[in-house]
Amino acid sequence: MKIRYGNECAKNFQILKYGERIYVDGIYITLYPAGHILGSAQVLLEKQGYKVLVTGDFKTIPDATAQKFELIKTNTLITEATFGLPIFCHPDPSEEIKKIITSLKENPESNYLIGVYSLGKAQRVINMLRILGYTNEIYIHGSIKKINQYYSNKKINLGRYTQVDKDNIKLLKGQIILAPPSAIKDVWSRKINNKVIGLASGWMAIKQRAKQKLIELPIILSDHADWNELTKTIKSTEAEKVLITHGQEDCLKYWCKKNNINADALANKNKEL
Amino acid sequence: MKKFANLLEQLLFTYSTNRKIEILATYLKGLDYKEKGITIAVMTGNLNFKNIKRSNILNIIKSKLDWYLFEQSYDYVGDLAETIALIWPSNGSSKQKDLNKIIYDLKNSKSINNTIVAYLNSFSSKERWAFIKFILGGLRIGFSTSLVKKSLAKYGNKELYKIENIWNGLEYPYENLFLWLENKGSYPTIDASKTFNSFMLATSFDEELIEDVKSSDDYYFEYKWDGIRVQLVAKNGSTTIFSRSGEDISNSFPEIKINCTELLVLDGEMLVGQNCLPLPFNQLQKRINKKKPSKKLLSELPAFVKVYDILYCSGKDIRNRTLYDRRKKLEEWFLNNSNTNLDISELINFKTDNELKKIYQKFSYIEGIMIKKKISFYLNGRKKGYWFKWKKDPKYIDTILMYAQRGHGKRSSFYSDYTLGIWSKNKVIPIAKAYSGYTDDELNKIDRFIRKNTIAKYGPVREVRKLLVIELAFDSAQISSRHKSGIALRFPRVSRIRWDKPVNDVQSIEEIKKELSIYHS
Repeated sequence: MKIRYGNECAKNFQILKYGERIYVDGIYITLYPAGHILGSAQVLLEKQGYKVLVTGDFKTIPDATAQKFELIKTNTLITEATFGLPIFCHPDPSEEIKKIITSLKENPESNYLIGVYSLGKAQRVINMLRILGYTNEIYIHGSIKKINQYYSNKKINLGRYTQVDKDNIKLLKGQIILAPPSAIKDVWSRKINNKVIGLASGWMAIKQRAKQKLIELPIILSDHADWNELTKTIKSTEAEKVLITHGQEDCLKYWCKKNNINADALANKNKEL
Repeated sequence: MKKFANLLEQLLFTYSTNRKIEILATYLKGLDYKEKGITIAVMTGNLNFKNIKRSNILNIIKSKLDWYLFEQSYDYVGDLAETIALIWPSNGSSKQKDLNKIIYDLKNSKSINNTIVAYLNSFSSKERWAFIKFILGGLRIGFSTSLVKKSLAKYGNKELYKIENIWNGLEYPYENLFLWLENKGSYPTIDASKTFNSFMLATSFDEELIEDVKSSDDYYFEYKWDGIRVQLVAKNGSTTIFSRSGEDISNSFPEIKINCTELLVLDGEMLVGQNCLPLPFNQLQKRINKKKPSKKLLSELPAFVKVYDILYCSGKDIRNRTLYDRRKKLEEWFLNNSNTNLDISELINFKTDNELKKIYQKFSYIEGIMIKKKISFYLNGRKKGYWFKWKKDPKYIDTILMYAQRGHGKRSSFYSDYTLGIWSKNKVIPIAKAYSGYTDDELNKIDRFIRKNTIAKYGPVREVRKLLVIELAFDSAQISSRHKSGIALRFPRVSRIRWDKPVNDVQSIEEIKKELSIYHS
């Protein structure tokens, strides 16, 4: 958090390990891995035996750069719903990353500028490229560097990476370059020659969206649960009540009702109160 | 289907026109004749399954999927093929590669919905996406028919006009076309009554020649009408209207009809207005691309054509006769036929520049003067030395940069599209948008200015501090109720960047209207 938001982003810091229970104002709090990015957590709140689980951003599929999602049974579940529509069924992540390597082999003169969130996505993409046997230097935008260092310290294999600067930017040829989505179409990237622009995001599943953004190589790779993961998780937590927030609430709510689970959108609930 | 789906996806994510053309041309090389024909037919919207309607697909969805979830998803995605591609539960990869077999199955199916379902089940998501587009038509991948023609020209290393000239007479499966493109067959012959003929185009007039032109008797002078170029092809009571690119736009202009038995082909300018009196271009715009104009629109803005050339007369191709002869034929035709929606484009005379100015001032809907050599044949394309366009001098106006947006393609990292404004009391109101006219160097400088002076962002649009004066050039100004400023500028482009000029020196809308009022009288 300090790397991302600065040293003064909170007044006090207290480290809480996964699975360690603390007692605050009459409520027990426990954190469990959410599988979203390194260190992401679900929060379990308990009072007099009644459990409320807040998933936060999560995904259940394997990711070598994040702790594995842990399934927790609960009475009330507050779930995210970024991809809460049945059209979202994320493809095999490894096949998506292979697209970059294959395309680069076909166009060895081109630079592959791939948009990735600096925190989490960038490191996951680098790590996956390494797992797939890509050993070349990977070039990164400055905003990714500190987080990379953090991940490297946590023994996550990122291989060799170099920050793009004003000296090397014009010389790049046949390289993979990672930058936050806002930078791929900006002044910063202008000096990169002969580039193919990609974007690694769950939203790339929708072709028309990728086209609107003028993306040439859409990589469908998400750190959020897709429709199947969402519905499976809701079922498996055995929650009798589900509150849905952050994304596409309506379809999930409809699905819950169809499956005899009491559900509502969190925002609407607040409005009613 | 997999190969075809890959092609569609590749084209969708390619933004350079040249690259798109290359991709299709290369793709065609790997196909047999049947597949080539199918590909071209699909890409140009000429492959139709009469037994498959949109309602078939929707009924399938209703019976196989949850309708609420589908509706929500469709609403979110906005594209039917893509929604079905993503929401359909199975994810196979079909072994059925042969498009020909798929077409056969679909056309001969006794239970079409079951056949479609079987295919949807066997396909991967990407194949389903392509399949739905394939059977419903309307690809929506940003690949126009004119790009297909260009790809074919590239594929066969032929001149584009040769393809354009026969295109509308060609039919699926296009075997004669491909045989010719591959130098294995002769140039396809087609029924001329259905065919678009390439236009003869004018080059810019070099003003140094004006004295020569004025003193000799070798030229015709005509108004350069501010409408859209059309070709009228009529035979046996039916009339087809082709646009500049050879697209059939007959449906948009149902009032243009010529009754003749033998083939007649006329060249002219489509305009709107009562009694063949042209209205400004922005009025014509209300009719363009309206596939089914309403009765109200037809009576308010009737279309007519100012005809200036004749290519076929009484079934005979007269393009190899001189303009002098053709003009005689045209005048003769107008003497013998009356048609309320056709008017001959009159010849004009001017001896002095003053007379020319008077002509300009009289009609705001004239773009300039056409100068045509009397001995010119009707030639394909833009040949130098026969037809000239002499555009009016542009007008200029100082404006203030208000908003900017990034461009496309090469300009996608530059703020190249501008909204420009002028004073109205103490506020700046928009008057025009401009996307061109600057040099690369100027674009660079404006881009830097915009990034430094952004005060707000609205999605892709940046609002900038009102500090920079840009001089716009434009062809004409018209009263418009659709614009906030009340006037619409025709073809505005950046002429100069006035780094030196303070924004307070920019004129107000009231002053500008007064200045421009001359063109409306």
